[in-house]
Order: sequence, then structure tokens, then C-alpha cells
Amino acid sequence: MKIILLFLLLLSPIVNAVDTYQFNNPEKQAAYDSLVSELRCLVCQNQTIGDSNAELAADLRRQVYEMLQQGKSKADIQQFMTDRYGDFVLYNPPFKATTSLLWLGPVAFLLIGLIAVFLFVRRKKSLPTADHADQDAEKLAAARRLLTDKDTENLS
Amino acid sequence: MLKFIIPLILFIILAVFLAVGLNLNPHDIPSPFINKPAPVFSAPKLTTPTEKLSTGDLKGQVWLFNVWASWCVSCRAEHPVLNELAKQQAVTIIGLNYKDEADDAKKWLDTLGNPYNVSIMDQDGRIGIDWGVYGVPETFVVDKKGVIRLKFTGPVTPETIQQTLLPLIKQLQAEQS
Repeated sequence: MKIILLFLLLLSPIVNAVDTYQFNNPEKQAAYDSLVSELRCLVCQNQTIGDSNAELAADLRRQVYEMLQQGKSKADIQQFMTDRYGDFVLYNPPFKATTSLLWLGPVAFLLIGLIAVFLFVRRKKSLPTADHADQDAEKLAAARRLLTDKDTENLS
Repeated sequence: MLKFIIPLILFIILAVFLAVGLNLNPHDIPSPFINKPAPVFSAPKLTTPTEKLSTGDLKGQVWLFNVWASWCVSCRAEHPVLNELAKQQAVTIIGLNYKDEADDAKKWLDTLGNPYNVSIMDQDGRIGIDWGVYGVPETFVVDKKGVIRLKFTGPVTPETIQQTLLPLIKQLQAEQS
């Protein structure tokens, strides 16, 4: 029973931080919802402003709400935030010189991995197989000799 | 031989990356404001709320903009350092009393001393947002033309004042306004 309760607790949806602003316009509501889940709370750093209870996050949510009500577009608000807090405020940072390592790093590592696997496999393959056969034959012969020696010993 | 050198090189590269990563401060976010005009404000003064101070009033002088609050623990650590700086009268220090109660703020200045030429009030944090404030205390250096030249996040220490702030202030004061 306890385990089931614990499980239900784990399943319960993560509740969004306190104040939710309401819009009459569904488009603005959608823009608001996506913005608060894309902007980083700079105090807690690993939460979005929609998730965070920090005061700064609440102020930024208010800012987003007010700007949307003034008819500002999503791009305007993203620009407003990056002008003040830098690219770090965006969970989805733009591709430019300073963020190139961030974007290209994983691709580079994947390539390095693929090249390593390729080289490894090729080296395995290029090992002379003839040697193997020779060695096997030798071992086989040795085993046979042992067996026959044993047999003769037993017989005698 | 190569068998040992390659892993060694890989290890050294990894170690260098990790060492650099360990020494970075994740709260030290580069401010997009450096060498940009300071955001404009016009806000009531803490001690005389009927009067306002605006960025225009500060044109032609080098000033520090220090964001503080009575609820901010690190500000308490920073405060004696600012008091010491104020004593030298090297630069105008403007305080932004960020998301604070005026009474608490005044009490704080009465008991701990007031290093600010003027403190302005930002009770709802809007000036803070305009200046990209995210961790109090923060300190900006603004030049005579009203351009932000430096930003500190976190408490200013005597070392940063001696090694960074004072030389910069001297340099900026020598510039033409």
C-alpha cells in the first residue's frame, strides 16, 4: 500500500509555480506558456522562470505578462531578456561564435567516437587470419599427440 | 610507446578541461551591458521620496551603481568595504535599494553607515530588471558619458577595489566627458 502511495506521489504532475497569469487571447496564453518554459531563472539557474519560486522569476513572469498585454511579440520579449541578461537567459541559445562549442561539441564527440570505432574494427579485421589457422592446426596436433601418448601409456 | 602516450594526452586534455570548469563561477554571467549605455531610470530617493534622481543628473561624472537590500546577507558583508571606499571620496556612489521596505532600508543605513551619495528605491524590482540584476549585491561602474564599463556580481572585496575598481575609476575620470 505504502509503495503504491509513493508511486502515485511520484507520478503526480509537477505543479507550476504559484501565480499563473490568465489571458483572454489563446495565442497570447500560448506565447506566455512557451516563454516561461524557455527563459532561465538566473538565480536558480537550472530552472525556468515558469518552474521557479524565486522572486526574480516572479518579476520576470510579470514582465513577460505585461509585455504580451502591451502587444509585444515573442521575439520582442526574447530580445528584451537577452539585452539584459545575455544569451544565458535562453534555454535554447542561438548559434554564434561564443556558443559554437556548445552546439558543435556533441557532434564532434560523436565523430571522434565513430572514427575510433572504425579504426578499431578495421584493425581487428586486418589481423592476418592465416596465422590463426596455423596456430589452430599446431594446437590441434599437440592435443592429438597428448591423447595418443596417454592412450599408449594406458595400454602399456 | 604510442600505446601509452595517446591515453596520457587524452587524460591531460580532459584534466585541463575539468580544471578550468572547476575554477569557473557559474554565477558569473558575462553582462551584455559592458560598453553599452546605462539603462535610464528616474526613481524616488530613499531618504526624500518626493525627490527623484534620474540618470541624466549623473551625466559628466563617473559613478558606481551598487544594488543592495536590507534582506541581502552578502550586502552586509560588503557594506564596510563600501563605507571605506566612500571615505576616500574617489567616486560618486549611487545605491539601488532593490525590492526592499523603505523603513528597513533606512534603519540599515542608520546602523551600518551610509556609503551612498544617494540611494534610490526600486520596490517592485523594475529598475533591477532593466539593469539585468539577478544576484544582489551587484555593482556597476558608469563613465562620464553614461556608458557601463564594468560589472561585479556578488560582494565587492577590498582586493577588487584596490586592484580593479580604483584604477578603472582613475582612468575613467581622466577621460573627456
